[in-house]
Amino acid sequence: MPDATFLDSTELVLNMGPQHPSTHGVLRVILKLDGEKVLGTDCVIGYLHRGVEKIAENRTYAQFNPYVDRMDYVAAVSNGLGYCLAVEKLLNVEAPPRAQAVRVILTELNRIASHLLWLGTHALDIGAITPVFYCLREREEALKIFEKYCGARLTTHAFRIGGLQYETYDGFEQDVRDFCKMFLPKVDEYEELLSNNRIWVARLKNVGILNGEECKEYGVTGPVLRAAGVKWDLRKAQPYSGYEKYDFEIPTRQNGDTYDRYIVRMQEMRQSARIMQQAVEGIPEGPIQGKIGKVIKPAVGEAYVSIEAPKGELGYYVVSDGSTQPYRCRVRPPSFVNLQALDRMVRGGLVADVVAVVGTLDIVLGEIDR
Amino acid sequence: MADEQKPEGSQAPPPAVGEASGPPPKPAADAAKPAVPKPPAAEAAKPAAPKPPAAAHPAPPKPPATMVATPWDSELAREIKERFGDRIVETSTYLSQNFVVTKPDAAVPLLEYLKLDADFDYLVDITSVDWPKRAERFDLVYIVYSHARNERIRIKTYIPEGYKPETAVGVHLTANWLEREVFDMFGIEFAGHPDMRRILLPEEWTGHPLRKDYNILQQDDRWVQENLGIESGQ
Repeated sequence: MPDATFLDSTELVLNMGPQHPSTHGVLRVILKLDGEKVLGTDCVIGYLHRGVEKIAENRTYAQFNPYVDRMDYVAAVSNGLGYCLAVEKLLNVEAPPRAQAVRVILTELNRIASHLLWLGTHALDIGAITPVFYCLREREEALKIFEKYCGARLTTHAFRIGGLQYETYDGFEQDVRDFCKMFLPKVDEYEELLSNNRIWVARLKNVGILNGEECKEYGVTGPVLRAAGVKWDLRKAQPYSGYEKYDFEIPTRQNGDTYDRYIVRMQEMRQSARIMQQAVEGIPEGPIQGKIGKVIKPAVGEAYVSIEAPKGELGYYVVSDGSTQPYRCRVRPPSFVNLQALDRMVRGGLVADVVAVVGTLDIVLGEIDR
Repeated sequence: MADEQKPEGSQAPPPAVGEASGPPPKPAADAAKPAVPKPPAAEAAKPAAPKPPAAAHPAPPKPPATMVATPWDSELAREIKERFGDRIVETSTYLSQNFVVTKPDAAVPLLEYLKLDADFDYLVDITSVDWPKRAERFDLVYIVYSHARNERIRIKTYIPEGYKPETAVGVHLTANWLEREVFDMFGIEFAGHPDMRRILLPEEWTGHPLRKDYNILQQDDRWVQENLGIESGQ
């Protein structure tokens, strides 16, 4: 055997992140490469850890409410909904019907805003510049509705335990109707740009495949699970906040690759607009805040409540010791669990595909690190 | 979080509570002695609101100091009890959410049984709760979901400090990171885990922040000084 030369392939350890534009935050992935082939990965997370769960134990139930917005900051409304529902479950109360309808509208609007930001940045990662401008243009319209409703665009703190803080503003319904009417043709426009684009298809098809069994094994939820052919959505499986009243479909695909996840999210945006259109036509009259008293003091006990956030199952496990502060507030973040499957998805693939797969997981580091 | 040493069923609701819609509470024997020694759960609580000002009002009915859970009776609960016998401490329902309390060594076998024989194929979460005053200091909580049954149950087990529970990675791959987070935050080491490292905090950090005796303002000053070159992280 001749001595090894520099032409022999050897393993290379490459550090990607934490300061890398395609990691959408501060994610560090250590890649083990053989040429361009990925042999394995190790994710280093925690750069954005703020100890949210510890903070919860030192705040009252109502005081902690704004903090949850800072976890998945592109879908703050969903975080707030999950938290409010969890504490309401502990208190054994329900928000009044009017509050529930407004909650559904704002949550779906937030799902659209979250998916739009995902689509724009994902396309940017792959190399398509145009979509991000279009996506942010439409997202702006959604954020304007949030701003008009509660004054904030990103970390909205839109909901309160027991219902809502603010009555809808004059013209809210019309704004939502206008948004849906404007938005639906735009989705077709994005699809025209991307769905049959040769580069887009070549970069996405058969990349980062995760089949249904693997998804369940890794606890993966949300669009990633649905793209693998598992028709499971908490809004249908265990409806909350009145989702059972609306007629919508759960989009699914079969291959579980990056392209399918893209298609599923595009269809989800259409379904979200459809839910909003139904909800806005029948917002019931009545109070917006249930009777929960000024001091929120649930009985000793515990509850786990989860919702279908844009990224997957977002759960809150809240333990009460009968005082005004949560004894323990565990957040089950979808991004954290989904990111764990990254290794399975990129192993054996090309290093360039890591960027595509990280993008398609739609992770938000604020939620992973909490 | 109730005192697990109490006999089974002792958590049946005291008469005054309106919660009980489930099967009738166990009569007499248990319910008739409200003067059970205060369970550690209540002591572990933060010092409750100061007493004096409350004296002006007529004393409101005191809320129960333990979780008012009702027994969970279903085919699955019976099957679990039959199969695991006295390793199951209780099967209960609270706020229509079902949970099973097991002996520490039965949690993972139960997860495996549920996955293979009862279709609970999705491990939602693993977490822990710290009750420093209790003999078995930590609640270890597993949440599992079944896509086929559309049903979610919690498995809880009480473990003392220093006890190394068996890892669930062999049953559900997703347990890997979830258990690492429990280790990071509570210092519970899982025996047989393939990669028992911290996950959110830096590797050399001292202390486990979600323990109740970890002061929220406390920080690892030494780590901050050495690695960030500043006096303190605040």
